[in-house]
Amino acid sequence: MRAVRTVAVNVFRESVRDRVPYNLVLFAVLLISSSYLLGQLTAGQDVKIIKDLGLAATAVFGLFISIFIGIGLVSKEVERRSIYALLTKPVSRAQFIAGKYAGLVLTLAVNVGVMTIALYAVLAYMVWTEPPTIRAGWDAPGIDPALLKAIFLIFIELMLVTALAIFFSTFSSPILSAALTFGFVIAGHFNADLKNFDKVVSSRAAAMLARGVYHVLPDLSAFDVKTEVVHGLPVTAGYLASTAAYGLAYVAGLLLIATFVFSRRDFK
Amino acid sequence: MTPAIRIEELTKDYAIGFWRRRPYRALDRLTLDINPGEVFGFLGPNGAGKTTTLKLLMQLIYPTSGRAEILGRPVGDVAVRQRIGYLPENPSFYDYLTAEELLNYFGELFGLDAVARRKRVTTLLDRVGIGAERKLQLRKFSKGMIQRIGIAQALLNDPEVIFLDEPMSGLDPLGRRDVRTLILELRDQGRTIFFSSHILADAEALCRRVAVVAGGRLAAAGRLVDILAFEIHGWELVMSHVNPEMFARVTGVVRRATEISPERYAFELSLDQAPDRVLSDLTAAGAKLVSLNPMRDTLEDFFMRRVAEMGKGARAPLAEETDARG
Repeated sequence: MRAVRTVAVNVFRESVRDRVPYNLVLFAVLLISSSYLLGQLTAGQDVKIIKDLGLAATAVFGLFISIFIGIGLVSKEVERRSIYALLTKPVSRAQFIAGKYAGLVLTLAVNVGVMTIALYAVLAYMVWTEPPTIRAGWDAPGIDPALLKAIFLIFIELMLVTALAIFFSTFSSPILSAALTFGFVIAGHFNADLKNFDKVVSSRAAAMLARGVYHVLPDLSAFDVKTEVVHGLPVTAGYLASTAAYGLAYVAGLLLIATFVFSRRDFK
Repeated sequence: MTPAIRIEELTKDYAIGFWRRRPYRALDRLTLDINPGEVFGFLGPNGAGKTTTLKLLMQLIYPTSGRAEILGRPVGDVAVRQRIGYLPENPSFYDYLTAEELLNYFGELFGLDAVARRKRVTTLLDRVGIGAERKLQLRKFSKGMIQRIGIAQALLNDPEVIFLDEPMSGLDPLGRRDVRTLILELRDQGRTIFFSSHILADAEALCRRVAVVAGGRLAAAGRLVDILAFEIHGWELVMSHVNPEMFARVTGVVRRATEISPERYAFELSLDQAPDRVLSDLTAAGAKLVSLNPMRDTLEDFFMRRVAEMGKGARAPLAEETDARG
């Protein structure tokens, strides 16, 4: 556990030194400037748009961090040959993968946490400045705790994407890893369509293939409850728990395979 | 006595080529024992299989066949890494860390507590001569300074066995001297040191026993003096006050005469010629002795000859096996 924690803390330190937190400044600027502009243009809908924008930006910014840092976590160590000294310390290859993963998840947690605070701060400002008559027309409260449900599932999705990026980077180049991860993320968001593919095709083989792909690819659309939350629709605790369990099981599976692949790799 | 390092029939094949993959044997059935407390030189020209061997011992690559043990434990045992240190060839670390942070990071992995770590890091940085640069990020370090921090991290856990891959690489003469002194200090403390080098003077200055690899195969192993003594191939006689008339006395006996300066010549004699007869002939004619030395192969010559015999990169089997057990 000590080795995993130590490697994780170093990943976090590297991301800070690589100026990853600068994205938070961009996020804050985007959110504040949008709220100002929307306040000039719309009446009543602005808080909904800000929530939508804030959640979408959290997901997109997180996605970029997951993929672009995730694909480099292993490959950068190999390219700069720092892995030679590291893996000859009392660190197993499984601990190395777990530590790298935990470090990036920690980075993501801090980023998502700060973005959440920024979103709530902007919403609080809007609640404070909007007249009560307009606030009365909102679907959901301005400072809505339900947003945390969406952010929670965004975070689980980012954990899954990070595991995908690390998994691909254990056996392929950074560019290929990025392409594969992006491909899986895009396919993952449309994966639910494959589940019912048999209703739109007559070929039994094609339907079975689609069903097989559905089970292999992650179903990322399950993690997207932004629309429900913004419009004040219910998202049950049971749904959150089962979706999180699905995501974490997928993460565990990916990390196990990544460790298996990485443990057999020669560092020439 | 259990050897500190035991290598048995260690072999590594790589697949090379893009379309038609074919095996390339980087290391071929290497067998060696290294005793506790000795400085063992692992020598060979570039591409001989030295780094491959070290990487196999460090489990950075896996053997095709054969096995190795360090301190009686299989090399794959993570626990054994608590007791060893390793300096990779041309080391590279995290350029965003300072020297102090790097050693702290590795110290944490070894389980050193904060107090022990601080003390050890300070001592080591001072010992390798970069104490003043402890707060400097590694991206600002020169190659020699990186080599020094590499040596420091290899000693962080006070290891019983230390593996150094080309430890003098990138160092200036002063740095080389420092590292030699450090290796001898470690030897005096009872540490086992296994170092690879193609710089032969380092081996001659530090090692009692060496192994020479060429073309992925063990070319020779044993005491350095035995390897070199075996390779005496003639005599060099240096005389002063030599004039051209004296040459008639030694014609047919001397293999080559080289003028060093006016009236000062170096005469090369083959091994079967008695140098005392030539010496007495020349001194009788008025010449004076400056020096008489056996002409031995340097390890450089040894490498070159072995490589030539084995065919460069051919990885051909040796004509005879060399027993490398210490």
